[in-house]
Amino acid sequence: MADATTTDATTTPNTGNRTTDTPLLSVQHLRKSYGDHEVLTDVSFDVPQGKVVVLLGPSGSGKSTLIRCLNGLETIQSGSIVFDGTNIGQASEKQWRSLRSTIGMVFQSYDLFPNLTVADNIRLGPVKVQKRAKDEVEQQMDTLLKDVQLSDYKNAYPRELSGGQKQRIAIVRALAMNPKLMLFDEVTASLDPEMVREVLELMLRLAKRHMTMIVVTHELEFAKRVADTVLFLENGVILERGSAKDFFTNPKTDRARRFLDSMSPVSAE
Amino acid sequence: MVHSVLPEAMSLASTAQAGFTVIFTGDNFTRLLVGLWTSISIAGLALIIGIPLGVILGALRTLPNPVLRVVLRIYLECFRILPTLVVLFLAYYILPAEFNVQVSGPTVAVVAFGLWVSAEISDIVRGALVSVSDHQVDAGKALGMSGLQLLRYVRLPQSINLMIPATINLATRVIKTTSLLLLISVIDVVTVGQQIMESNRMSHPDAAFWVYGFIFLLYFIVCWPLSKLAQMLEHRAKERNNG
Repeated sequence: MADATTTDATTTPNTGNRTTDTPLLSVQHLRKSYGDHEVLTDVSFDVPQGKVVVLLGPSGSGKSTLIRCLNGLETIQSGSIVFDGTNIGQASEKQWRSLRSTIGMVFQSYDLFPNLTVADNIRLGPVKVQKRAKDEVEQQMDTLLKDVQLSDYKNAYPRELSGGQKQRIAIVRALAMNPKLMLFDEVTASLDPEMVREVLELMLRLAKRHMTMIVVTHELEFAKRVADTVLFLENGVILERGSAKDFFTNPKTDRARRFLDSMSPVSAE
Repeated sequence: MVHSVLPEAMSLASTAQAGFTVIFTGDNFTRLLVGLWTSISIAGLALIIGIPLGVILGALRTLPNPVLRVVLRIYLECFRILPTLVVLFLAYYILPAEFNVQVSGPTVAVVAFGLWVSAEISDIVRGALVSVSDHQVDAGKALGMSGLQLLRYVRLPQSINLMIPATINLATRVIKTTSLLLLISVIDVVTVGQQIMESNRMSHPDAAFWVYGFIFLLYFIVCWPLSKLAQMLEHRAKERNNG
């Protein structure tokens, strides 16, 4: 875990007590465009340590692009991303590489490596990228697998798992890197309905353990339960932000209200 | 009909006898096998040199650097456009004369074939590597992998199934193309065959059919299993992708 970009809060008294006051991640005036098409316009928000920020919004609002900007899978045109005290907005690919060890990401399509067993999928990052001791990684893997009740699948290949199992393994794979921040990009969107619950429950458990998380989702009930802060995006602009309670019970903008209505369960009239 | 077929069949049988005699007289059979070994070892060495080089070139061709891409593309196209025979002649006759170096035929052949193999392999490898989905590559990146680690742990293992059948097919093409070595005075199996025909011109004027037939059989014995293997692997790769 030699990470040059990490600054220890105790050795930097000027910034005060970072763990409570300074957000782990602070995005300011982020702009992202593909050619002439601007997909994110002046996006600013903070993610405090140990909190969960949920990004909501209609398809194409830029949620996924935003979350991909936060671990360097997309480059940004301007703005700053301050992560753990360092501005990484214009980080080089090489800098991103070491940052990604501390920013875990889980994708919609699981993206486990199909040629590797569950255990090898989980080992790959910690052992080959982070160069950690095998014994220690092995222990951590056993603990994590036990936690998601998939210990029996250690030697299974991804194709032998259900969608929900795959996604839980993908989460474990990211957690095994000991990330400071976890990004979830519509992780239940391609799951069968009966598989969604097991994945969301795991994420709720992580939130309870004070994992700092940014979650893109369409599961409103889940968002309500897990979010400390909700950001509502449309056309690359944050239209509304607030606590989950405020957003769901009393949205300020018409657009958010209409969005919530359109997502609410169908009522027979 | 019977009347006309019978004598012909009889004469075929007698020439078959003659062909048999030609091939198995003295050390002719051994010489043919030695010639075949020359062909196979030149093809083998060319593959041993060309495949690793081609893998490196193919991997380089997946990088975003435009200059590198164009240069390597031209390298490939040169070997595609030029007949292999021309490449061999260039290497054997023109280069030594121009640069005043003496190189043996087999060495020229190994180098020329090796470069050709590397060009073809680079295309096989590039095509297979880019077929790995962006999602998989993103997943690797998200784990903090470097470009080389992505290649080693994500791209290569997931595309090697696509590369192997094409590579085996290329190997059979290289083995078959060694028949051109005759033209740069390498004593390959075809050269030996011609020598045998020459020395039997008077006693067995129709030896050519049998000698070439036998050479055909030798090439077939070498290439057919390879071709079958490639087919089998291709089939398996397809099944895996569906599964």
